Formats: sequence, C-alpha cells, structure tokens
Amino acid sequence: MTIDLKTIKHIAKLSRISLEDEKAQKLATDLSSIFEFIEKLNELNTKDVAPLTSIAETTLKFRKDEVKSENLREKILKNSPSDNEDFFVVPKVVE
Amino acid sequence: MTDITSLTLTELVKNIKDKNLSSTEITKAFVERSEKSKELNTYITEDFTSAINKAKKFDEKPNFDLKLPGIPIAVKDLFCTIGVKTTAGSKILNNFIPTYESTVTQNIWNQGAILLGKLNCDEFAMGSSNETSFFGNVQNPIDKNLVPGGSSGGSSSSLTANLTPVTIGTDTGGSIRQPASFTGTVGLKPTYGSCSRYGIVAFASSLDQAGPMSKNVKDCSLLLEVISSYDPKDSTSIEFKRNKYSEELTNNIKGKKIGIPKEYRVEGMSNEIEELWKKGIEYIKECGAEVIDISLPHTNYALPAYYIVAPAEASSNLARYDGVKYGFRTKGENLIDMYEKTRSDGFGNEVKRRIMIGTYVLSSGYYDAYYLKAQKVRRLIKKDFDQAYSKVDAILTPSTPSSAFKIGEKTNDPISMYLNDIFTVPVNLAGLPGISIPAGVDKKGYPLGLQIIGKAFDEQTILNIAYSMEEKINFKNKITDWWIK
Amino acid sequence: MTKDNHEFLIIREGKSYEVVIGLEVHAQVTSNSKLFSCSSTKFGAEPNTQVSLVDAAFPGMLPVINEFCIKQAIKTGIGLRAKINNKSVFDRKNYFYADLPQGYQISQYKYPIVGEGKVILDMPYGQKEIGIERLHLEQDAGKSIHDIDPENTMVDLNRSGVALMEIVSKPDLSSPDEVNIYIKKLRSIMRYLGTCDGNMQEGSLRADVNVSVKKKGEDKLGTRCEIKNVNSIKFMQMAIIYEANRQVDLLEEGKNIDQETRLFDTKKNETRSMRTKEDAHDYRYFPDPDLLPLEVSDDFIDSIKSDIPELPDEKKKRFIEKFKLTPYEATILVSDIETSKYFEEVIKDSDVKLSTNWITGELFALLNDRNLEISNSPISAKNLSKLINLIKNGTISGKIAKTVFELMIDEDKDPELIVNEKGLKQQSDPKELEKLIDKIIENNKEKVKEYISGKDKLFGFFVGQAMKVSGGKANPQLVNEILKKKLK
Ligand SMILES: [Mg+2]
Ligand SMILES: [Zn+2]
Repeated sequence: MTIDLKTIKHIAKLSRISLEDEKAQKLATDLSSIFEFIEKLNELNTKDVAPLTSIAETTLKFRKDEVKSENLREKILKNSPSDNEDFFVVPKVVE
Repeated sequence: MTDITSLTLTELVKNIKDKNLSSTEITKAFVERSEKSKELNTYITEDFTSAINKAKKFDEKPNFDLKLPGIPIAVKDLFCTIGVKTTAGSKILNNFIPTYESTVTQNIWNQGAILLGKLNCDEFAMGSSNETSFFGNVQNPIDKNLVPGGSSGGSSSSLTANLTPVTIGTDTGGSIRQPASFTGTVGLKPTYGSCSRYGIVAFASSLDQAGPMSKNVKDCSLLLEVISSYDPKDSTSIEFKRNKYSEELTNNIKGKKIGIPKEYRVEGMSNEIEELWKKGIEYIKECGAEVIDISLPHTNYALPAYYIVAPAEASSNLARYDGVKYGFRTKGENLIDMYEKTRSDGFGNEVKRRIMIGTYVLSSGYYDAYYLKAQKVRRLIKKDFDQAYSKVDAILTPSTPSSAFKIGEKTNDPISMYLNDIFTVPVNLAGLPGISIPAGVDKKGYPLGLQIIGKAFDEQTILNIAYSMEEKINFKNKITDWWIK
Repeated sequence: MTKDNHEFLIIREGKSYEVVIGLEVHAQVTSNSKLFSCSSTKFGAEPNTQVSLVDAAFPGMLPVINEFCIKQAIKTGIGLRAKINNKSVFDRKNYFYADLPQGYQISQYKYPIVGEGKVILDMPYGQKEIGIERLHLEQDAGKSIHDIDPENTMVDLNRSGVALMEIVSKPDLSSPDEVNIYIKKLRSIMRYLGTCDGNMQEGSLRADVNVSVKKKGEDKLGTRCEIKNVNSIKFMQMAIIYEANRQVDLLEEGKNIDQETRLFDTKKNETRSMRTKEDAHDYRYFPDPDLLPLEVSDDFIDSIKSDIPELPDEKKKRFIEKFKLTPYEATILVSDIETSKYFEEVIKDSDVKLSTNWITGELFALLNDRNLEISNSPISAKNLSKLINLIKNGTISGKIAKTVFELMIDEDKDPELIVNEKGLKQQSDPKELEKLIDKIIENNKEKVKEYISGKDKLFGFFVGQAMKVSGGKANPQLVNEILKKKLK
C-alpha cells in the first residue's frame, strides 16, 4: 500500500507537526514501506476474534474521593516556557 | 584486589556489608571510570557530585539492612527523577526537571542506592540502536562504532563498560533484552503490571515495562526484587505475591519443561545463532530439564501488529508535548503554528515517523482495518502462548536475529531496524516476562543472547533457568577499554 | 387544549416547519476530588491552585479513577430510569487545545456507563416523555482566558480533570419551552440525588444543542447543526429560535443545510459556524491503555439503588394523593428538592391548603424579589408554619397575616411574638364586637335606612367600617354574623 503526499500532509496536520515538502516526500516513502509490511496482517482471518485491549490480568481499582493534592501552582508552572506565575501562557487563541 | 567497578552488584553489597569497602570508595570508583568514558556517550546527565555527597552521607550513618546499601546506580533517562533533568532522549524535554520521582527509582533509593546519573536512550525509547537520541548515539564497549542496541543503549553500554554496577531500562518491544544481547549482559522484562509505570515517560502504555539490567542473573534477581511492587498510582499495576527472587534463586530446574518454538527459526537468521540456540538446548537438558517442541503459529504477525499498537498509543501519549506546560517551545504566530513548529523542531525523525503511523492507524476510516485488527492479532498471539504454557513451564528462543551492527548501518531502512525486535516483541504483546542472557559470541566476537520467556508472574522460573544455564555457559565479555586513552 | 396550540412551528408563506432538538448536557459531578486525580474541585479558587501533576499531564503521570464519581454517575442513571452497564470503557478523544493538557480527553465513547433511559416533562398540555440515549463519564478541560493579555491566552487548569456526566437526549424535544422544562427537570433530578448542584452560573451545567428542522408532518429528520457549549437556558432558547429560523430560511431559498458545529454569540444573539463537516475533528478515539475496563457488579449497583431518595415524579404523585394537591401545585412544590423539603417541614403541623398557598404565593414572591434560593429563605419553615397556624386558629386574619409576614422577614422573627408585641390579635370577642358595631350603626343612621330599604350592596360598607375602626383586627366572620343580626 502506498501513502501519498496528500495523506502525509493530512496526518501531519492531525499530529500537529509541520513538515517541509522534502521531509514529507521521504516520510511518504518510509510509511508506504512500513504499511506494506503491516499489511501482512491481512493474511489472518480475525472475524471472530475479540480484540485484546488490556493485557493486565486485573480489574480496574478505585480511588477514594479524597483531596490529597495541595496547591502545586509553583511546581506546576516551574517548567513552563513562560515566566508567568499564575497561568500557562500560549499565543492568543481567537475563536 | 580487582578493580571495584568490575565487581558484580552482589559482590559490592557483600563488600559494603563486610565493611571492606565504603559507599564513597565505590561511588568514586564508578564516577572516575565514567569520567574517563565520555567517548561512549552513555550519560545524558551526570549527577556525580551529588552522588559522592550522598555516598559520604551513607557512610556516616550506614544502614546495612537495606538491599542496595550505598550502591551507586545510573538509570535510563526515561525515569523521572526529582530535581534531576529527565529528557527521554528528546530535545522536546531538554530542559525538563521533574518535581517528582518514578516509583521504580524510588524503590531503588529506598533500598539505599544512590543516583549516579541519567543514561542515554533512543528518543522516547523508540529505536533499537540508540541512534535516535537527541543527545547522539552511544558506543558499544564491545567494539568501536558498534551500536549498543536500544532503546536502553546507554544502560547496556554503561553496564558493559563498568560505569554502573547494575542499571534499569524499559522494554516496550525488546528495549532491555535486545541491548543486553548486543552487549553480553543480562536483561529482564518483567510481566506487564509487575513494575509501576508511574513516573516513567510513556511510550506505549499497554506494552511498557521497566526492568533490571545486570552483569549476571543473581544481580538481576536482586534488582527485580527491589523494583517490582504494586503501586496504586498505576491503574495497570497488579497485586500479586512477589517472590524474594534473589533468595529463592536456584539452579535446580530438574523436571522443568522448556518449549522450543519452531517459528523462531526465521529466514536469514545466521547459522551462528542457530548453533547457539542448539547449544542452549543442550545445556538445558544437561541441567535436567525436559525440552519439548512447540508451535507459536502467529509469531510472524507480532511485529506488524506491534507497529500498529505501539505507534497508536505513542501518538496519543506524545500529544502532551506541545510546548505549553514544560519543555521546549518554538515561537509561533498563533497556537496551532506554535504547536506545529514546537513538535516539528522538538521531535526527531523516528519519533515523528511513529507519531504519523499511530495517527494514521487511529484516524477515521482506518481504525478497524489497522488498530482493531492489530488488537485481534494480539489476542491470537496471547492465545498461542497460553496454549504453549499448558504444556511447558518456559520457552527458549534466541534474543535477536543478529549480533550488534555498525552505527549507521540500518538508519536508512526502518524495516530492517524494526526486524531486530522480531523475537522480543511477541513477549510484550502477550505481557509475559522474558530474560536475555549472554550465551556466546559470533565470529566477529560480538555477543549473542538467548531469551527465556516465562508464564505471567513467573519471573522466578525464568530466573532459575537463566541461573542454571549461566553456570554452564560461563560467558565472559572481552572488553579492551578501547575508549580510555 | 388542542395539540396545535402548543406546537412550536416556524411558518413561512403558509408552510409550517417543526423543530427537532436533542441536547448533550454536561453536568459537573458533585465530588470532592477530580475524576482521575486527587486535586480539589472547589469552585472559585485562585488560578492553577487546584492542579495536580496528573491534571497538568506531566510525563509519566497516570489516571486513577475516583469511586465516588462512578457511584454518582450510576445514581444519576437510576434517576433517569436508565440501564446501568456492568462494563464500560474509557477512551481517549484526541485533539490539541491549549486547555487540554494531555492532548486528549478521557471519555467514554463506545461503551458508556449508563444506557437508555427517560425523563418525564410536565408541560401545560400534558406529560411528555423525552428519551435518554446515554450518560457517560468524562474529564472537563481547563479554561482559556483571552482578555487578560492582548497578545496571549492564559490557561487555568483548575477545572482540568473535574468529572462530568454527559447526558445525551434523543431528538425528542420540539420547542424552546420543552428545552426549558427538560433542563429544569434534569437539574431537579440531579439535585434530589446530590449528583450535580446544577449551578449554571458556575458552569456546572452546560449543553451542546442539536437543532434541525423539517416540514410539518414529515418523518425524515433534517440535517442538524450542533451549537456548542451554551451555558444558560435563556441562551439555549435564543440559540434554538435563531438557528431554526436560519435553517428554515435556507430551505425556503432552496439551499442546503450543512452539517456543522456552530457557536452562539450571546451579544449578537446569533449562531455562527465554528467548523464544517469537512474540517470536523478526527478524534481518533481508542481505549485508554492507562485504564482497564470499568466493571461494576450487580451488588455494587443494588447498594446504590437502595440509597436513592424519593425522586420528583414519585414525590409529586405522593403529594397529590396524600395532600390532595392539584397536579399544578404538586409540580411546583416538587420541582426543587429544597422547596419540597421546606413544604414538608411547614405542613408537618399546619394546614396543607394554607401552606401551599402561602409558599407558592407570598414566599415565592419574596424569594423572587430578593433573588434568593429557598435554602436561604429569610423566613424559616418553622416560623411560616406558626404564621399559618395563627391564621388557621383565628388569632389573626389573612390580611393581618400579610403584615406579620412582612415584619418576619428581617430577622426571621417568631410571628407569635410580632402579633403580641404589635397587638395584632384578631378581635374575636362577640361582646366587644357588638359594642363596636352598635357604634357604627349609631353613627350611620342614613346608611342603615338605605340598606333596610333594599340597598344590599351597603353591607360591605358596614363590614369595611368595622375593620377600619378595629384597625383591621376584627374577626371578619364574626363581624359578618353580628352585622347580619343587627341590620335585620
Ligand atoms: Mg458534544
Ligand atoms: Zn462531552
């Protein structure tokens, strides 16, 4: 299966990754060969097979409804690219 | 006395307990050797000064009841460490300093160990040669310009070069066992759910497991004993009775049934590996175990399934690296522009490739054909193992289809790179424990490993089998210290 | 009332269009901590002070589910008479946005915790059943603030990760009035259950409104548009009216309606396109591998069932049967749990009829006037009950009671005290009243003559005089009786 440039650009958009044309072309080639490899799965008939989503042999454990986290604002914002002390800051979003 | 850094973990612990060596002496020895080994490029972040200070502190008030008393250990840079930069080998986390500690590393420090530094790895653990790291490739101490395997390449290289007595890696598709095999060391991927994923930079959540890497099986069992724990902070962590693996370690495997899967004889696999595997089977028989031919019919579909499941999960797990909360940001004209530039500049090619694959297989119209299909195949692979384990206690296979290759040799061919993990990936898909032990060398003198795959939660059996084989194989790595001037 | 009278139709040149509405209500779960993290959900905190490492999606952080939120969702499901699913799955809904730190929202997509149910609306033209499609649990996002800085958007993650119940209705609503009653009914049920406080000002209840139109009598549904995140009933109604008219205009012009997501601009009172179907998000849903399927046993569900209080529909039925209220009165009194509690408290030892009238009359007017909730009523149930008893046993007249009521407001004063202090007790001593009436007759001889000669209307004049002279305190019934006797 081949993946064309248009598809690559669409996936890049969905992935929020900007791509120059040259790189997009290389990716199209790479992904085409990878998907060719992946197509091997089509040899298998899986019509009656249940998908396996979680391999952990256990059930979901519940947490009690308790507030345990104190005010972490300083810690949370410490690594942020902006130096605002109250908020995360991003370029203006216009709606 | 021999060089401190060539001692095993078990030997170091004994020396400390017997007061033959202090933590400071040991730590300084590893620091000094690490300082001389920069050419290997194993460290992303060194924490040497702080390590020596911690060692001194330990010596002032030593606690010999701990399992890792005053032992310095370097860890893969995928584990978040409080106050110490954690990058996952990526530019996008270049300046990230966690304010929290992963459960697995915390378990190690709780037993008296000391952080030496953070080890190089493939970017977000995506790779099999440690060549995708933003911080450059890692040299394999076995030979110059040889890859150490990946993604835990900094770990395997450091270990073989005696820069750390043991280390921990993570294994999503073979990232502990393959580098162990490439460097003549021992690496174990535990059962999914044994070691907490809390605080480990996620690659593919349903496959990721942390595990020990060591110079021998005894050390491996001790480190597993320390890092394996139930953790309520990880919803996929499993509560089960964990053995005292090192205390219960035995070379008595009489009567154990070991399966040999015919599907692991793959096209293009070298004769040397075939021979090695045969030799391994002989050793096992000599140890009194019974060898049984088995079939794991869907083995060939594991890798294609893996290259859907892992990238799909990764594409979502890596969405949080968007330049907003932490890490690297490229300025943009608006929010979307900022996202796109940040992620384009911040991620390397392999990571981008996998994010793209993952996004594609989940996207509207393709989900059923790819993602759902892969989940179904995953069920078939798990079933293969379940059926095999009704007849056998463990399975013996080669760890990798080849020995370590040259740096740059496979970087332009993703598929040939992916094929490295052909024997390790099925184990991750089925959530089983697997260990790689060094079993010999090829004609170039490069190490080769054998893999023992166990039943879920039965790490003890594969450790015991590995332990008894280790005695027979008596493997010795030949390290020339070529990088030390 | 005939069916046509209540139909909401949009009419163009003799053609009638019906409106089809479905709602996706986002209701904030009442809980102390968030759905997958242990930070607080309290409203109004300083920005980013209730954010854990999990909420801000730090590397290696993992979700752990809050049991109470699961119980709250199940409780709500029971209140909606819906099927509770023993097994449900949390998926990731992937999209990038400034206030979505993970780059995905954890939500239930394919397998929600609650399946089909229904809500009964009491409309003036009778009851109407609205189908519930599903209820699922999901995380709330943070908040983007655009008006602090001219160049940047500020992000506050306090709300990030708070548990929401998304309640999806079937497209069974057909007018802005029904939407109003539906939202109020949902809110009422959840407040009875204590699963959502329903506070729309604080954003605890928001809705995405799906609107389509079709020619009257046709079965086939038209193309729908989704109006995102409307946060008041009034705005929902305005948005529906605008949107339905817009769609009808398009059809009348022979144009197509595009399936799209729209925004309601509250300042301009119009909806406008946010994104069309072509650039609709591709959310790439898949089961969250950090979580296992959510399994709840029948025992778990049963133990929640046994904890369900009497809900508005049952309460209404009981009020009608036991207290002989009219359906209209009962509907009003059960609509809000606090009102029903207040009512039941008042009638514990006073007359039901009088209590009903006083609560729905004077008290509601007062609360409305001061914009207060009944839980903050200036007059306690206990004191209102006393006031009603004073009327019932003849201590004061209804008219005086209104004065007393006014005097009770400021300090929630005991009405008996007021009556005593101000000497407002009704004059019910027949001898005293006789004296008073004799004096009136004495002073109005002319009027008495006219009355006796047949001018019956003048009777009211004498009653009025008696009340006036007594300062309103004369027992009107006795005054009537005595007057009738004396004026024969
Ligand atoms: Mg919606
Ligand atoms: Zn929603």
